[in-house]
Amino acid sequence: MLAKRIIPCLDIKNGRTVKGTNFINLRDAGDPVELGAYYAAQGADELVFLDITATIEKRKTITALANAIAHHVNIPFTVGGGIGTVEDVNILLQSGADKISVNSAALKNPILISELAKEFGSQCIVLAIDTKKEEDGKWYVYLDGGRTKTKMQCFDWAKQAVDLGAGEILLTSMNHDGTKNGFAIEITKLLAENLPVPVIASGGAGIMDHFSEVFKKASADAALAAGIFHFKEIAIPDLKKYLFQQNIPVRI
Amino acid sequence: MKITIIKYNAGNIQSVLYALERIGHSALVTDDASEIKTSDKVIFPGVGEASTAMHYLKERKLDHLIKSLSQPVLGICLGMQLLCSYSEENDTVCLGVFNEKVKIFKAEKSLTKIPQIGWNNIYNLKTFLFENVSENSSCYFVHGYYVSIGDHTIATTDYIQPYSAGLQLNNFYGVQFHPEKSAATGEQILKNFLSI
Repeated sequence: MLAKRIIPCLDIKNGRTVKGTNFINLRDAGDPVELGAYYAAQGADELVFLDITATIEKRKTITALANAIAHHVNIPFTVGGGIGTVEDVNILLQSGADKISVNSAALKNPILISELAKEFGSQCIVLAIDTKKEEDGKWYVYLDGGRTKTKMQCFDWAKQAVDLGAGEILLTSMNHDGTKNGFAIEITKLLAENLPVPVIASGGAGIMDHFSEVFKKASADAALAAGIFHFKEIAIPDLKKYLFQQNIPVRI
Repeated sequence: MKITIIKYNAGNIQSVLYALERIGHSALVTDDASEIKTSDKVIFPGVGEASTAMHYLKERKLDHLIKSLSQPVLGICLGMQLLCSYSEENDTVCLGVFNEKVKIFKAEKSLTKIPQIGWNNIYNLKTFLFENVSENSSCYFVHGYYVSIGDHTIATTDYIQPYSAGLQLNNFYGVQFHPEKSAATGEQILKNFLSI
């Protein structure tokens, strides 16, 4: 049976992980390659590396990093952050990334998605959406790391992107991100149950039951988290065991 | 031991090379016929689309070469599918090593996502390729087309219906999943292939 995936996310700046971590067993918890290999050994199903470097050296550092990860990590990984052209994607896939994620550039220029899908196949094109529920009760798409509001509604954009060739949706609820109060069930369920591609839920994980909830109630295909893994609040082997006991198909 | 990875217009070829390096082997990525012919082991990897891949192989006469190989050959994902006789993906005639048809997954209910992306378990494991691999081990799959259970099936996975996760005929082996991305299980399968 196809397993529900658990995905740690690492934020990268200038080739280093940025958020503080709590890994006393690692020689260098700031080294994304070592941290990624550690998570793979712990039973993570995939990894996401989100590059927030804003310098002109960006492409060089993230490409070198993707190549180092591809050499040392034996599970699939996605690289995202500031990807805007077919050439950006080509370099990352050539370096060994399994998938890439696009966000702002795709909304500004949706044809980018179909160009990428045609060139590399939908299976490696992940559309990342940052969304926020406003007072009118609707979920709007935000750009530029959540700084810029758009008029586009989340489901409409996700549907359009899938029609253009996006192979997976990485959905982050800005209302839930960082709260540790659980994932956004409502919007995740809407996308996961109405789109023909897998949906990765992101934002809000605080306890193990939140993962169980997003798989059972929202039909998410995968769940992503950062801080709770980095700070060892939840260990992946414990989480997998817990989900297994809840009759959720996971890879043990 | 000389290992070659067949180079063609498909993705994920580097990943196979890196996975071999992690288990202590080097390999040559090439489309040179004499290099491929003189190898001890040949890996035919790939993520991509069947008709474009077949076109590329024919142009370089790699289609006849691959069929004529007598050393152990391992097709991975699209590589396995191309070793079959026909693919429904753009109505493509393939290499015909395995007399099997590659069919498109059809969703039976709305919650079934196509392509299948992620970890699924493999069972009814046969041949030395799966030596020291436990029944129901998990492997990483990314595919929208599948091969039914048949005479050549050496591993089974369930997605919509049971289908072939592995095929074997004589020196030819194929796996639908990605051993290069399937953690320790995948590494064991690659080690086994190199020991055949």
